[in-house]
Amino acid sequence: MTEPLIYELSSPGRKGVVMPEPDVPLAELPSDLLRADLPLPEVSEIDVVRHFVRLSQLNHAVDVGMYPLGSCTMKYNPKVNEVAVRLPGFAWTHPLQEPETVQGNLALLYELQEMLAEASGFAAVSLQPAAGAHGELTGVLIMRNYLYDRGQRQRTKILVPDSAHGTNPASTTMSGLTVVEVPSDARGNVDLAALKAALDETVVGLMLTNPNTLGLFDENVLDVTRLVHEAGGLVYGDGANFNAIVGICKPAELGFDVMHFNLHKTFSTPHGGGGPGAGPVGVTQELAAYLPGPIVALSETEEGSLCLPQMPSRSIGRIKSFWGNFGVLVRAYTYIRMHGAEGLRRNSEYAVLNANYLQARLKGTYPVPHGDRTCMHEFVAQGRIEGAEGIRTMDVAKRLIDFRFHPPTVYFPLIVPEALMIEPTETESKETLDAFVAALLKIAEEARTDPDLLHTAPHTAPVSRLDEVKAARELKLCAPCY
Amino acid sequence: MKEYTYDRNARYARTHEWVRLDGSEVVSGVSDVAQDLLSDVVFVDLPAVGATFKQGDVFGAVESVKAAEDVYMPLSGTIVAVNGELADNAEWVNQDPYGKAWFIRIKPANAAAEMATLMDAASYKKYAEEEAAQGH
Repeated sequence: MTEPLIYELSSPGRKGVVMPEPDVPLAELPSDLLRADLPLPEVSEIDVVRHFVRLSQLNHAVDVGMYPLGSCTMKYNPKVNEVAVRLPGFAWTHPLQEPETVQGNLALLYELQEMLAEASGFAAVSLQPAAGAHGELTGVLIMRNYLYDRGQRQRTKILVPDSAHGTNPASTTMSGLTVVEVPSDARGNVDLAALKAALDETVVGLMLTNPNTLGLFDENVLDVTRLVHEAGGLVYGDGANFNAIVGICKPAELGFDVMHFNLHKTFSTPHGGGGPGAGPVGVTQELAAYLPGPIVALSETEEGSLCLPQMPSRSIGRIKSFWGNFGVLVRAYTYIRMHGAEGLRRNSEYAVLNANYLQARLKGTYPVPHGDRTCMHEFVAQGRIEGAEGIRTMDVAKRLIDFRFHPPTVYFPLIVPEALMIEPTETESKETLDAFVAALLKIAEEARTDPDLLHTAPHTAPVSRLDEVKAARELKLCAPCY
Repeated sequence: MKEYTYDRNARYARTHEWVRLDGSEVVSGVSDVAQDLLSDVVFVDLPAVGATFKQGDVFGAVESVKAAEDVYMPLSGTIVAVNGELADNAEWVNQDPYGKAWFIRIKPANAAAEMATLMDAASYKKYAEEEAAQGH
């Protein structure tokens, strides 16, 4: 890679900005807080602009090409979302303003709560959580507190299927509860016999992703939620895959009690460098009092209807400052309003159609363990190629980069060895899907005739094959801290 | 399916741990099949000496560039030693799974009965091949 570090571009005395003379009296800082050794890069504005534009050009993004990262839903982020969030009324307000002065913003939040409730069937929604896993933690705390308030303090366990996202057991552990893993059956559903055996009066509930990470809609989901309820537990829905079913079925009607929405997946807000995200949580009427606040409530006052902050009566408390990640919420609102109910349903249908098209075209070349079933918005293949025994999923994934496709998710879910988890989203045209298939078929051919081409891939990326083993074994976590 | 090595003197759990009698104690680690499924191992998390577990309990974890998997007690008993050298030589799990890369030494509580629940090398080989054929 040819781009130097910004520190290497530094030239003594060069400046990007000239600070104006202060128009207020100078305050003396305590001398023990001052230091002379702060090695920041000295660069001009154009140095900075060019450096970061060049770095961005080395990257792959959904604006550059297909990004079929399974479970992550790398759908296109419409640019109108960015136009909306930059409107001065949204961009120039402050979270500490009096509610009466930001009624437009609060009305948007209120309507977004209502729209998410309508799409999911839940009675109430809090927009506070800042990401999917944050929503999970919120949901588990709501379930726990609800049961504890009813004297059920012996309930300490959360059941998690072996196909779950790793965040589910992590959220459970963070909430002080214990994880019990439930296996999948031969068709990729929750194993009902194992579920029954695990259910008793010590179980808070089950965390279920439906469709699950195999891309399969659980054929017994109604039995699953009924069994958990009969044992006195609650069912948490991991909404990571909600984008497959929006407008088609409502999780609350399937028996879920709580669910988070990944606005950065289903509702097209950017994933952007780890954040900001938004993971609103919806709940049934019974659990509504436990939502984190503030939520926005419509109140009748002498001046007419006002949108005002409200703390639910048995709230688990605040889990985020102010109103959550407001800018993300504006983008999701825009996406929903641009598509309408019909458009959201169509997006789900196209996401599922695209995934099934890829599954049908690839399963003769790459094994698909549940390829006998219709998949939802994604499916899990394996990077194993007949006649190319030395090739692994990682080799296939790295070679895809040379064809200008982002590799799919690899080695997840853990229950499928050599997993290659493909989610095209509704974004991609048939031409793009065909090009992706052509690349994977070509790679399978190369695997048999020229396996080293795969072992040493990528060949056209800014950096070649990275030594992941060395990176994981020889950790250098202590960068100089300035 | 690839050709794997099997220690004929060991017995095996369905979760791919091997266990070998050594006097009144037993030594345990993970099989050649397990290390291949995991790919390059980067870290092994082992229990404290003196800890007591039942057969089937999670006693540690093994982490590769692909995944982190729990490892399970092949027999009930008390940990009398752990292989501290794996901390700096995780690659031994890939290179010599039945030898240098032993994980733990156990003083078993009920060896005779529990050994009978484990597979011998021939049965384990058959089991691993069936699992691979099913895509697991």
